Amino acid sequence: MNFSELFKQSNQLCKVSPDGKYLATCVQYRLVIRDVSTLQILQLYTCLDQITHMEWASDSLFILCAMYKRGLVQVWSLEQPDWHCKIDEGSIGLVSSRWSPDGRHILNTTEFHLRITVWSLCTKAVSYIKYPKACQKGTDFSRDGCYMALAERRDCKDYVSVFVCDDWHLLRHFETETQDLAGLEWSPNGCVLAVWDSCLEYKVLLYSLDGRLLSTYSAYEWSLGVKSVTWSPSSQFLAIGSYDEKVRILNHITWKKIAQFDHPATINNAKAVVYKEVERRTAVGSDDLSLHNITIGTTLFNTQSKYEICPLPVQIPVVKPDPDRANPKIGVSTLAFSSDSRYLATKNDNMASVVWIWDMQKMNLEAVLEQTSAVRCFQWDPRRPRLALCTANTKLYLWSPAGCVSVQVPTEGGFQVQSLSWHGSGDSLILLGKEQLCLCFMDTDQEDKAHLQSQDGKQTESQEMDPVSTSEHHPPCTSKRP
Amino acid sequence: MGEWWTAVPTETSMGSYEISSISHVTMSPSRQNNLMSMYSSAGLSKSSYSVISAFCTEDNIPQCISYISQELASLGLSSTCIKASSPGGAGLDTVPALNAMYELLQIHRRNMCTLEELEKEQLKKSNTLEQMQMSNSRLKDQLELSIREKSGLHETERQLHLKIKTLQSCLKTEKDEVQKLQSIIASRASQYSHDAKRKEREAAKLKERLSQLLVERRDKKLAIDVLNSLGRSDGKRSHWKTTKVTASHEDEMYKSLLSDYEERQRALMLENTELKKVLQQMKKEMIHILSPCQPSTRGATAEDSQADSDGEEKAGDSSREMLDQSCEHAREQLTNSIRQQWRKLRSHVEKLDNQASQVQNEMESNNEVIPKEIHEDEMEKMRCEVQQCKEFIHTQQLLLQQQLNTSFDDETAALLNDCYTLEEKERLKEEWKLFEEQKRNFERERKNFTEAAIRLGREKKAFEEDCASWLKNQFLNMTPFTDRRSCSSSDGQSALSIRSEPEMRMSSTKAQLAKSLTYATVSTPKPTQSASVPSTAELYRTLRLMPDSRYYLVT
Repeated sequence: MNFSELFKQSNQLCKVSPDGKYLATCVQYRLVIRDVSTLQILQLYTCLDQITHMEWASDSLFILCAMYKRGLVQVWSLEQPDWHCKIDEGSIGLVSSRWSPDGRHILNTTEFHLRITVWSLCTKAVSYIKYPKACQKGTDFSRDGCYMALAERRDCKDYVSVFVCDDWHLLRHFETETQDLAGLEWSPNGCVLAVWDSCLEYKVLLYSLDGRLLSTYSAYEWSLGVKSVTWSPSSQFLAIGSYDEKVRILNHITWKKIAQFDHPATINNAKAVVYKEVERRTAVGSDDLSLHNITIGTTLFNTQSKYEICPLPVQIPVVKPDPDRANPKIGVSTLAFSSDSRYLATKNDNMASVVWIWDMQKMNLEAVLEQTSAVRCFQWDPRRPRLALCTANTKLYLWSPAGCVSVQVPTEGGFQVQSLSWHGSGDSLILLGKEQLCLCFMDTDQEDKAHLQSQDGKQTESQEMDPVSTSEHHPPCTSKRP
Repeated sequence: MGEWWTAVPTETSMGSYEISSISHVTMSPSRQNNLMSMYSSAGLSKSSYSVISAFCTEDNIPQCISYISQELASLGLSSTCIKASSPGGAGLDTVPALNAMYELLQIHRRNMCTLEELEKEQLKKSNTLEQMQMSNSRLKDQLELSIREKSGLHETERQLHLKIKTLQSCLKTEKDEVQKLQSIIASRASQYSHDAKRKEREAAKLKERLSQLLVERRDKKLAIDVLNSLGRSDGKRSHWKTTKVTASHEDEMYKSLLSDYEERQRALMLENTELKKVLQQMKKEMIHILSPCQPSTRGATAEDSQADSDGEEKAGDSSREMLDQSCEHAREQLTNSIRQQWRKLRSHVEKLDNQASQVQNEMESNNEVIPKEIHEDEMEKMRCEVQQCKEFIHTQQLLLQQQLNTSFDDETAALLNDCYTLEEKERLKEEWKLFEEQKRNFERERKNFTEAAIRLGREKKAFEEDCASWLKNQFLNMTPFTDRRSCSSSDGQSALSIRSEPEMRMSSTKAQLAKSLTYATVSTPKPTQSASVPSTAELYRTLRLMPDSRYYLVT
């Protein structure tokens, strides 16, 4: 595992292009394009104001930079640095800007959700979509980029419009049986649209592409309901996390519940492995306590941590939410399927320092990671069943069926990992701090390592990881990851 | 309660007293007499000193006598008993007077007795009275207490009733309140939703207005500034929006939906076939398990089941073939057969279960047969043995130690030698036993062998004889003296050689006879006889023309 040097970024705007070749970062009003492998700057664009949003087009040829305060969107071309495009939404304001799947249209949502403006870069044409609903997730494109589903609110009723992205033709328009639609999401195969109600009512509706209602699911009534919804990459399962601290899995044939994952405060499940992060201060000799050591970085103050396998039963720290406040910190807010649909990672908000990993084949709890601090972000490797997570400290944590590892990010200046995202190939990981970023290159196999080390000639700044801070634990039964 | 219990016997005792006193009163034969005597005695006692002297003086003896006699008569005593010894005299007839006095004394004593009794009785009664009074007072106390308690309870009851009433009223008010609150909530909810709707409508209106205004104002800033337009990502040119295009969109949508359904159906089919395969395999295995389990004695049933299972198998195969044609039918068949097999398996398992439980029961009963005492005895014995063995080992160890420590002295050496010899002897004994057994085995084998040899010898002999006779016959046939020989041989009961027809017929009967003879003499063959008179059958046998029945029999 190698780490790059730190780069500056602002607003946590840092994205790898869809083809995996380039890394775009925003620093104030500048957009920097780097080569992912060499980290050399390829292009540098200057925008009109501080960038608040940045997005790659699907073909990795264009980048849009949005400046919401100014109501401006600027588009840059990677192939033609001279080419430029500026979209001004004017006084109507701008709250969201995104590419259409074809990479030739930009969808701007105006302030107050008055309308969505669709700008075509091919024809300079502009079209409007009225009545978009301001909600958790009001628009979703199908994975193949053919269709867009849009939540609408007209006359105090919820509607869903399905557009053909090709020419923005309205394919279907239907009313949904929701009180207050909160979000919608296409299944990965693009044939089923999941629509869920706001948290006041537990209701999930499944619509076919042609607008037929396939099924309705409601687990309970009179209590706060759905908090998060995620499709498995195979479109086989729909995972619904709710305020009752449970995840319910619906199947794609009968749309009935086939499993329910509880998040108990005491883990008794003998099949699950509980990894607990244990911190331990480094013993510092008195001679090391020189001014030099203190000045060169925070390594002195960093604590080393490692995972220990806890014997069952394990008590998990639970924070009781304040019942008088809106949006209580309870329930499953984050759900993520691994790329092979084999595992599901969840986070229950009143157990903020714990990540739960469920086996979708055996439909039971596989592992529990108990961190010392609240988990900020976790993401699955897009290629392998490997989960990366961070807890806003100087460490990166990785889980795979073979075990669990805690890695100290060997950087100076107190770089704290606030967020992370995988490179599309699963070979590297982008770690985002508050105003910096760092790339982490994975090398799981020895050959890879040798290969990477041969590349190290180019990566002059990459540092070898401190071997002491790594400690891997294997659960007793699992075999080593190939 | 305790008081109640104690109170009861006193009452009954009182009753008995009363009864006794009454009976006494009624039963006494001379109540009046008694009373009179009491009075008289009282009178007597009063005037014993003064009046008696005054009562009878020298002058009034006869009056006194008459008076007393009258009195006595009135008392029921014989009036004639007291008389003057002489009429008009002062003398008294002593005998009757004494009798009367005696009787009076008796009466007096009796009266005294009764008096005493009465006094006692009175004492008793007074006692009982006192007791009763006490008990009465106690009971009164109790009564008072219970009355007080009762009143207290009444009070509490009243209070509780009151409380219940208040609580009920509270409940009612609460219920009312709940209803009120519910209605308030409902009204608020409706109000809220109404307001929300109104606000939303207003917001929508505002938005509409805003967008209209923005459109009307022709916001100059609203613009796109592109250096040069881009081509479409797919390289095609954009289409005009026509009905044809919309239709094509619909087509596309339905196509993708269809393909999804098809894929799903394919997956389901795959799963289905997989499951069917599993079912088939299960069925086959079931048949396999079930068929050998049928006991061989019930061969017919087993065959039957085999037959019908075969039929089922065929059905299953055909069902697999017909999968595409008539899925329903095939499925029904398959599930039916599976169900049947399953039923069989279940019954079989149940049977096995029963058997197992029976065996277990038997075992248990056997276990019960062994009494505990015997078991303990055995255990004791074994323990003893173990102890002995331990001691033995210990002594042996000691001896060994001694032997090692001290140089050999003759005694220990002898002892050790004894030990060794003993051990050796044991071993030799065992070996001897083994040897004996082997010897016996050898003996048996030898016997078998000799028997076989004898048999072989006999057979060899027979064969040689046959051979000789055959050769002889051959030789004789070759010689020109056949006829003569045959004639001569007929005398000697020879069944050999080729004869003329009548001879053949005759000899055949003979041969049969001989054959029967040979059959009869199988167990004890007589080589001499057979040698002298070999039958045709034997000849045939030697010529391998006829199946050798004899060998079959002998071997």
